[in-house]
Amino acid sequence: MANLPSHLLVFVLAAFLGLEVIRRVSPLLHTPLMSLTNAISAISVVAAIEIAGKGHPGYATALGTIALTCSFANIVGGFLITDRMLRMFKRREKPKGQTAKPGNGGR
Amino acid sequence: MVLTALHSFPAGLPLAAESPLPKGLTEALARMAGHGDIDPYTQLMVHSSYILAVALFVLSLKWLSSPASSRRGVLAGEIGMLAAIIGTLLAHQIVNWEWIIVGLVLGSAIGVPLAVFMPMTAVPQRTALSHAFGALAAALVGTAHYYLEMEHSGNIPPVPMGILCLEVLLGSLTVTGSMMAFGKLQELLPGRPITYRFQNIINFALLGGALVLGVLLTINPQWKFLFPVFIGLGLLFGFLLLLPIGGADMPTVIALLNSYAGLSASLMGFVLDNQMLIVAGALDGASGLVLSIIMCKAMNRSFANVLFGAFGQVQARAEGAIEQRTVRSTTPEEAAEILADASLVIVAPGYGLAVAQAQHKVRELYDLLTKRGVSVKFAIHPVAGRMPGHMNVLLAEADIPYTDLVEMENINGDFPGADVALVIGANDVTNPGARHDRASPIYGMPILDVDKARTVMVIKRSMNPGFAGVENELYYLDRTLMLFGDAKVVVSDLVKELAEAGKR
Repeated sequence: MANLPSHLLVFVLAAFLGLEVIRRVSPLLHTPLMSLTNAISAISVVAAIEIAGKGHPGYATALGTIALTCSFANIVGGFLITDRMLRMFKRREKPKGQTAKPGNGGR
Repeated sequence: MVLTALHSFPAGLPLAAESPLPKGLTEALARMAGHGDIDPYTQLMVHSSYILAVALFVLSLKWLSSPASSRRGVLAGEIGMLAAIIGTLLAHQIVNWEWIIVGLVLGSAIGVPLAVFMPMTAVPQRTALSHAFGALAAALVGTAHYYLEMEHSGNIPPVPMGILCLEVLLGSLTVTGSMMAFGKLQELLPGRPITYRFQNIINFALLGGALVLGVLLTINPQWKFLFPVFIGLGLLFGFLLLLPIGGADMPTVIALLNSYAGLSASLMGFVLDNQMLIVAGALDGASGLVLSIIMCKAMNRSFANVLFGAFGQVQARAEGAIEQRTVRSTTPEEAAEILADASLVIVAPGYGLAVAQAQHKVRELYDLLTKRGVSVKFAIHPVAGRMPGHMNVLLAEADIPYTDLVEMENINGDFPGADVALVIGANDVTNPGARHDRASPIYGMPILDVDKARTVMVIKRSMNPGFAGVENELYYLDRTLMLFGDAKVVVSDLVKELAEAGKR
């Protein structure tokens, strides 16, 4: 890990960017926000893939496979449930005669 | 600029001639992902996929700023994730495809049902579980990395070892902490705080012990026997940390665990020299932090108070005066008449509404009143529900338009002009005592100003105090009418009365 200063720089910038972006998220959507960031931080799947798939000794492959299972469950589940929740947020229906198409409300 | 080859290229392959990129950029790209023994073109593709992923993750969060663009945000996140995974599969000399496929299949088998069949009331539990998964992945990757490195080179320099220890410690305490939160939310464990003598001292001692072990391991990574003890202490600390935390504090604690899970993923990026991990983890950590600060403010509490205050024990104080007072109860008929004559009704929903599964009946009430020309709004307290934003999801699921779900700050000014404030299953967040009763544990907490409406109606099962164990003086006001009963039953009665009145 020769690049500690560069890593720290990236970390600090990402953290501040995160704080700014998240502060602008509508409080309406704080629950979907949490499931979405959960799915995104399951990006640790890339590390798990490396450990599970590189032909390391048995214990490491086992740990890697469990880690891979956990993070992939978060990825699949996180994105699915976030979208499921966001689809529920609809605007008020328009007056009679021009009803919005069902399922199109969230966009 | 001196070329320091960060990657070992195949023999006889001069970097300058083969790399399609300027040297500096190639080096920077190598830092993004931290691996090199592949040809420059594959590397370019891999790094592009990582950069694309990072950009899409940021956009994904940005698009959550409004419901209109939010689903685009999910799509961006999905594409980013796909790009990163494909990039990784390309970059590494994967030999054990079977284990990767096992992981992907098992992960999908767990993740899909948890997303598709989970009722919205159970989303907090699911979230706690996913924090546990995320933290477990980080802790296991850190553990595997430690043993592999020790086997391979026999030593890990202090800086990466220190960060690895931090990653594993945060990961392991988040695993058990989140499992405890899951157990409490799922009501497998008692929701009330569990306290005992010297609790905080014991917890701090444990954390201190774990930190000392972490320092020892950083100095002497070859003391392998310490590593399992270190993990064990982390797991135990997470378990004990959650014991004294009650239902009212769950929104804050879930947000805090979210932050820890993100931070441990970010630390993993430091250890593995992968800046994409650092960024994604930092975004998650920041999100958890922002949410937990919002939750703390919404309860006028500090982090220390949430974690070590054992909030929610029934308070033994000044009963006498309060119990003498009387409340006025009313019938659904009378209440329906008042509602029908109103021009602005503000509903203050609490978790009790979700417990009674009354969301859909509330929607019917909303429809009937709206049809009569009554304007109906929902006042959402930040801690209504069991996690940040939970109440919005519950009401949106019942097809109530999000444009009528209004945050506390924006609706409090409307209460004085409201004819009726209808409190359903909310308690502490409507207690006017929070404004002036200095002895109350919820003193100073921002509340919904329901007591300023012309008439206050409270649907409540009984006179039991809420999460905080505090009496609510709202119920004893002259303008307050109590509707005793199960929220779903009472709202159904109101709907029935209003429907009949509509026919007449």
